[in-house]
Amino acid sequence: MENRVLLECKGVTKNYPSKMALNFLNLTIERGRIIGLLGPNGSGKTTLIKLISGILTPSSGVITVNGNPIGIETKKVVSYLPERTYLNSWMKVRDIIAFFKDFYQNFNEHKAYDMLKRLNINPNDRLKTMSKGTKEKVQLILVMSRDADLYLLDEPIGGVDPAARDYILDTILSNYNENATVIISTHLIYDIERVLDDVLFLQNGSLVMASSVDEIREQQGKSVDELFREVFRC
Amino acid sequence: MPWDFQNDRPIYLQLMEKIMLQIVSGRYSAGDKLASVRDMAAEAGVNPNTMQKALAELERNGLVFAQRTSGRYITDNMEKINSLRVQLAKEQVSKFLKQMESLGYTPKDTVAFLENNLEEER
Repeated sequence: MENRVLLECKGVTKNYPSKMALNFLNLTIERGRIIGLLGPNGSGKTTLIKLISGILTPSSGVITVNGNPIGIETKKVVSYLPERTYLNSWMKVRDIIAFFKDFYQNFNEHKAYDMLKRLNINPNDRLKTMSKGTKEKVQLILVMSRDADLYLLDEPIGGVDPAARDYILDTILSNYNENATVIISTHLIYDIERVLDDVLFLQNGSLVMASSVDEIREQQGKSVDELFREVFRC
Repeated sequence: MPWDFQNDRPIYLQLMEKIMLQIVSGRYSAGDKLASVRDMAAEAGVNPNTMQKALAELERNGLVFAQRTSGRYITDNMEKINSLRVQLAKEQVSKFLKQMESLGYTPKDTVAFLENNLEEER
């Protein structure tokens, strides 16, 4: 029987010079889940995602993906969508796809072109001629076109209109596979609640709640969005 | 187009209710084959695991049955479907009566009111 555990964080702490971003975080995540990483600004969401993708290293503690410590092996199976764009704006979408294909063994070119077509994005367009929302769609397509085990999406729906938001959620759902897990960090809980299995609430670098969406609704009689507003009332 | 969900109850329960309504209203006929979990989840705009849970519960209630190799089907037991219809109708009636009560109608008043209304429409 294949091991269902995909991601493990043990006692993960991250200190920045002036503040502690994550405080002894323990977390186990299985395959085949869609997980919302929720928390107010500055709660450590982006730091956690960057630690898992290997862009940052923890001050102490251990993170493993498929049992491997973060490194070359895990980077092969982790697909990361950063908050900000890092692609060269003079490039055409077609060039970026070639670049990704070159870079990642598990990049599925057909999937990328297929998704572009469904969104009416011309592969010969340059990134700099596109609106912010279209750029975000292109980036999401690139990230979701890798056949990865773990997708880390940092605020994937922040800058797009409601119709595109629906499309992005549909993309996440239609790419669902039972061996892969998607972690989505966002403030827009209301919009994504229905696609999530589980939610993680972060506050000041600590995990204050880990529960399934329907458990919260069953036990609290309210949506995750309402619960969030209550827990993190300013 | 994703389905609408209420905030205060588990999504899987609401999925079950919508599918039950589709069975009773004839959108699904007795014995119909259901689409795959993935397709049904995509249509409703929900997580496949949530749809899976809703279907597993419907299976437990006997409204849906699974055939090991070929997928899931709506029950072909008409008795079951009819008793589901009665059950859903009862729920609607008690909801309606409650709302009429909050408008100051006793159940008796409500019945009289309904009869009057029906005659006017004729």
